[in-house]
Formats: sequence, structure tokens, C-alpha cells
Amino acid sequence: MTDIAAGSVSRPPAAQTGVVGWLRQNLFSNWFNCALTFLALYVIVVGGKALVDWALLDATFVGTFEDCRKGTGACWAVVAEKRHFMLFGTYPYEEAWRPAAATALFIVTLLVSTRRSLWGRPLMIGWIASFIVMGVLMRGGVLGLTPVTTENWGGLPLTLMLSSIGIIAAFPLGLVLALGRRSTMPIIKALSVAFIELVRGVPLISVLFMASVMFPLFLPEGVTIDKLLRAQVGIIMFAAAYIAEAVRGGLQAVPKGQFEAADALGLSYWKSMRLIILPQALRIVIPPLVGIFIGMFKDTSLVLIIGLYDLLNAVRTSINDPNWRAFGTEAYIFAAAVFFVFCYFMSKYSQYLERLLAAGRNR
Amino acid sequence: MVDQPFIQLNRVNKWYGEFHVLRDISLSVAKGERIVICGPSGSGKSTMIRCINRLEEHQQGQIFVEGIELTNDVKNVDAIRREVGMVFQSFNLFPHLTVLENLTLAPIWVKQMPKAEAEDIAMTYLKRVQIPEQAHKYPGQLSGGQQQRVAIARSLCMNPKVMLFDEPTSALDPEMIKEVLDVMVELAESGMTMLVVTHEMGFARTVADRVIFMDRGEIVEEDTPEEFFTHPKSDRTKLFLSQILGH
Ligand SMILES: Nc1ncnc2c1ncn2[C@@H]1O[C@H](COP(=O)(O)OP(=O)(O)O)[C@@H](O)[C@H]1O
Ligand SMILES: [Mg+2]
Repeated sequence: MTDIAAGSVSRPPAAQTGVVGWLRQNLFSNWFNCALTFLALYVIVVGGKALVDWALLDATFVGTFEDCRKGTGACWAVVAEKRHFMLFGTYPYEEAWRPAAATALFIVTLLVSTRRSLWGRPLMIGWIASFIVMGVLMRGGVLGLTPVTTENWGGLPLTLMLSSIGIIAAFPLGLVLALGRRSTMPIIKALSVAFIELVRGVPLISVLFMASVMFPLFLPEGVTIDKLLRAQVGIIMFAAAYIAEAVRGGLQAVPKGQFEAADALGLSYWKSMRLIILPQALRIVIPPLVGIFIGMFKDTSLVLIIGLYDLLNAVRTSINDPNWRAFGTEAYIFAAAVFFVFCYFMSKYSQYLERLLAAGRNR
Repeated sequence: MVDQPFIQLNRVNKWYGEFHVLRDISLSVAKGERIVICGPSGSGKSTMIRCINRLEEHQQGQIFVEGIELTNDVKNVDAIRREVGMVFQSFNLFPHLTVLENLTLAPIWVKQMPKAEAEDIAMTYLKRVQIPEQAHKYPGQLSGGQQQRVAIARSLCMNPKVMLFDEPTSALDPEMIKEVLDVMVELAESGMTMLVVTHEMGFARTVADRVIFMDRGEIVEEDTPEEFFTHPKSDRTKLFLSQILGH
């Protein structure tokens, strides 16, 4: 008993700590684990070497398709050659600076928004201003910019706009639907449930397809609504239904006592939602919400079925050129890398947000 | 009494489905009166006091607070909730806000009070419940007794004319009960009208003007603490008292 109380014995034995201890415990604890460890090492070394050879050492970074065919490694030259179509789709070549500037503006606004201290009305106005400038840059027709119809918008800016406007518009709609579903007013509740279940019950592809093919049939003759806009509305509706269900989960997790305390203090329904209930409910649902956002970002590629060139579809189309067709793998890896950068950013940022919002509350 | 009663319940009835939870409850409370309500668990004590600020709806009878009748009219409900503060067994502090923000939220958003003024008032009440130094902590960082004192201060910030307490000390560790009761005794001495559901009989003896005993949805007995504890009339009261006093 006295031994245990003594400081020297209360440390674990040296063999169980440090690098050696970790290795012994996790990789070499018995002969079977040893064998597995060596097998895994072998696979990693052999596979890693093949990958490095292909992607880096034997790769062709600059040159023509003929240079690529001569080489044995990856052909990254395809990305340089087709960069305009991959990134901007059918947007006119000589106007490439415009979608590039729009994309840069979007990324800057996004990075600025990550600062918690800047959250507030000015930032919201900043986002609206950014979207307007992006729209002007893309569309043209003013300030001496040549007009470019939405038919020709494509690539990365299209993916970013569809998903970010989708998320920004779907979020409040989703909140209202979640509150509606819990409402005590039967009609509001029924409408919310019907919308959520209907939209969640069909694939996004069919929502987009209906938006592009069926919807115009119901419009009076002569009235047309921009195809891009229709796709955007479809995406917003779709995301709103999923967000609503995630938020509803959060609302259910807020203890009843919180609602009662807010009522007893005389707060109105909307004030207690805004100040007491939603801040707690939303913090709980950050992980599923970010999951929905990441899913939406990737699902925007489904707009290809109604003939829009999002990033993935643009990349796919860019290698229709017979000379470069052989290098589809490299092109898709490029597309995957761009998607990954944005999705990984969202994922990391959500973890940061969770930590930030939990600060000070932990017991 | 010349004054009209501050709170009046006239033959109030309430059912949960088929279950008759409040039976013909009549009660009147004068301004400045301190009433302790006790009775076995499930007898409807919480339901009764929660009807007074409309956390629960009664189905028959009438409830008046300061002459305003509780009806489905949202205006009346709002008006009454401004006069009535409530303290819960489980504190129900807002965990995402600091202690100070918990206290200033309702004055700012319900009474449109300027923030600086609301904070001054909040600090006054935090001093009164002896924890001004915790103002910038979150509820989760406080002990149960401290949390309940914050909850009392939060209600007081709305300057209520009556305070309802629903078993304010039953979720607390024994060593923290006294610090909360002390605050409540001090509040009673300041002349606050109070309805307190509690089994703290010491508190009832020192503070209460009247003790009400409820059982199975009815008010069985109502008397001064002196009479209630020394000469209980009904058998149900005697049984209850023997259970909580005798060990
Ligand atoms: N929301 C509810 N639905 C159905 N029954 C309830 C509800 N709330 C309370 N009850 C029942 O009403 C009775 C009285 O509850 P309550 O007023 O909380 O009693 P007390 O506070 O005296 O312990 C209990 O039997 C309880 O089970
Ligand atoms: Mg109770």
C-alpha cells in the first residue's frame, strides 16, 4: 500500500512508454502481430514506390500528348493542356480571367469568414456583395464586359456557386422546416412533414431532372426560367429537407427544461428559439450538418444530367479529345484533388468550430 | 384582508388524458404571503404551481394573478409571466451562456432594457446571492448550489412580484442545501410573495405563513406551520409527516 503512494512507483514502467513502448505494445506484441507488421510494411514500401515512380519520377509534367505516350509514368501535362476547360468549362477562352477572379473572390470571402470575431451583419453584407460581384464577372453585359450566358458557365466556379448558394439558402429553409415539423399547428406541421418526406424520398437526380424537363411544361408559354436557376432551386430544396431532419434531431436533444425556463422568463417563441434553443441544437448537429454540406458539394456534379458542366463533368468532357483520351486517370485525379481540398477544409473547419463552441462549457 | 388576493385559484381541475391530476383546487394567496406546499410525490404539487405561470394549462376553473385571468389569450399569459418568477428543481440555466448572460438575457430581450443597465442589475442580484465572482463563468463550471442561486438571481432580475419554487433543493447534495435555503429565507424577509414546493420542514417552520398539504390532486389540509406540524388533522397528513419526519 505504501509503495503505491510513493511517487517513484506511480509512473508506468519505462518499457511501456515512449516510442519503443508504443512500438512494442502496438506492433510487436506477439509473433502474429510481428508477421502482420512486416507484411504491412512490405506492401507499403512496394506500393508506395510504384506510386511515387508513376506519379513523380517517371511522370511527364510538361509537353505534348506524344511526349506523354513515350513516357511510362503519369501524364500531368494533360492538366496544363486542358486547364481552361477543366476549370471553367465552355466559358470563352479569352475571358478566362473572369471566372478565375470570381473563384478567387469566393475563396477569399470564405477564408475571411472563418474568423469567428468577424461573424455578424457586415460579413453577411460582404457575402452578398461577393456574390453580386461574382455574378457580374461571370455574366458580363455591364462595365464593358462581354455578356456570357449561363449556358456557358461551368467548371469550378459553377460547382462553388451551386453548392455555396445552395447551402446558404437551404440552411434557413431547413431551420424553418425543422421548427414546422415540431409545430403544434397541424397545417404547418403537415406541410413540413410532406415536403421533407417527399424530397427525401426521391433521388437528387430526379429532382434535377424534374426541375429541368418537367417544370417548364407547367409554365405558361413564352415564359422560360434559366436552366441554372432551376437546378439551383432543386439543390436548395433537396438540401433543405436533409438539413431539416438533422436540425430536428438537435432540437429533440435540447432538454425540456430549457424550453420551460425560456417560457417562464416570458421570452416569445421566436426569441426563445433564436437565443436559447437553436444555439444549443445547432451545436449538437454540427457533425451531421457538415456531412450534409460535404455531400451537397459533391452531389452538385449530378447537374451533368441536365447538361451543365460542373467541375467533374468539365474534366470528363475535356478528355474527349482523341489525342488525350488515354490520360483520363490523371484528369480524374486532378478533379478528385480539387474536390478533396474543399471537402477536407470543411471537415477540418467543422472540428475547429466544435472545439470553439464547446470552449468554457466543459465541466 | 382589504386587498384582493394576489393569486387566486377557483376550483381548478386538470386531467392528463384520463388521469385527474388536479381536483377542485381552490387557493388564494395575499401579497407578501409565503406558502409552503408539501405532499407525496405524484400528488400534483408541480402541476399546480406550473399552472400559475401557464407552463401547464388547466381545463376547468379559473386562475387569476393580480386580477388578470389566465386564458388562452397570449397577452394575458405574457403579462402574468412578467409578474411571476420560477425556480426549477433542475436549475435549467442556459448552458451556452455565461452566468451574467443568463441573468441579462430576459431583461434585454423581454423588457428591452439597455445592456449596461441589465448588467448592473444582474451584478446587484449576484451579490445578493453571494456569487458575484462567478459572473463570467459558464453554468457547467459551477456547483449545484451555485447554479441554483444563479437561477434564483436570474428570476429576480425580471423584478417579479411572486416567486414559484418547485423543489429547489431536492437535486442538491446535502452540504449545498443550506446555501440555497439561506438565499430563500433572505428573499422571504424582504417581503417577496412566495409559493414553495419543498420538503424542507425547517424552512417551512421559519418562513411559511401557511403550509398546504396535497395528496392525490387535492388540497387535504391547510394551516399555519405551528398547527400543521403539531396538530395535523387528517390521517393522510399524519402519515406523510411521520414518513418525512420520523426515521
Ligand atoms: N405531462 C404529463 N403527462 C401525463 N401525466 C403527467 C404529466 N406530468 C405529470 N403527470 C402525472 O401527474 C401526476 C402529478 O405530477 P406532479 O405534479 O409532477 O407531482 P408532484 O410534483 O407532486 O410530484 C403524477 O402522477 C405524474 O405522473
Ligand atoms: Mg414535482
